[in-house]
Amino acid sequence: MSSGGAAAPVAEGDHGAPRTWGPITRTDIVRYAGASGDFNPIHHDEVYAQQVGFPMVFSIGMYQASLLATYATDWLGADAIRRYSVRFREKVWPGDVLTCSGVVTKVVESGRGFTVEVDLACTRQTGDVAITGAATFEIEID
Amino acid sequence: MPFTIHIESGKIREYANAVGATDNRYRSEDSPVPPTFLVTARNLWASPADLSYFRELGFDFARLLHGEEEYVFFGRPPRAGDSLEVTTYIADRWEREGRRGGIMRFAAVVSEFRDGNGDLVAEQRSTLIEAES
Repeated sequence: MSSGGAAAPVAEGDHGAPRTWGPITRTDIVRYAGASGDFNPIHHDEVYAQQVGFPMVFSIGMYQASLLATYATDWLGADAIRRYSVRFREKVWPGDVLTCSGVVTKVVESGRGFTVEVDLACTRQTGDVAITGAATFEIEID
Repeated sequence: MPFTIHIESGKIREYANAVGATDNRYRSEDSPVPPTFLVTARNLWASPADLSYFRELGFDFARLLHGEEEYVFFGRPPRAGDSLEVTTYIADRWEREGRRGGIMRFAAVVSEFRDGNGDLVAEQRSTLIEAES
């Protein structure tokens, strides 16, 4: 089955509507620690974090990576994702407000629909980019 | 050593709630995993013996950084009810001089997820960094 000339759901250059998360709380970080199983104390134990030289606990990188993934799957489909990659650039701290954004970089007709590639970013309220990412979706057309 | 994980809808829901994934797709009986969910394999399912790759690296845990992370799905993402066998290995290692003239060590750690037929359904690729001392 091919897409039979059906229009692609998105086009190269399309931007997803940005989405904001936060301010990030220690509770958000701890909830992700429990869900993911990452109990490195630097992310939840203020005393430990300060002993090793940080002003406070900081977020788990995979937490903001997962918020960015949620942004991407809410946009293009939970079942359609085939690849998701991130690069960690800046730490995220309690109180940060994160904005996720994305742009379509490639749309190619595939067997049953379209292969869609997007570039993604998770930006702090300072303008610093905490994470850059990319994802590939296989969007089937009925 | 390979180990087996069982993907459960309750654990998916807990994870989806933690990452703000309110899409009803993640609340269905046959929910797919959120894209980063397989991070729970090494964190929650692996026994210490299963994590021998980390001892093999010899990285100082106090200087450990996470550089990059990637998930590849060879078809639809795994879903609630699936059981997958996980094999983890070090795919690559390299070093680079840090800003202070010390050595930064890098490792690409790959976990392969296979279904009951032995077919590769997903891969997790992590770039770990030991910061210069």
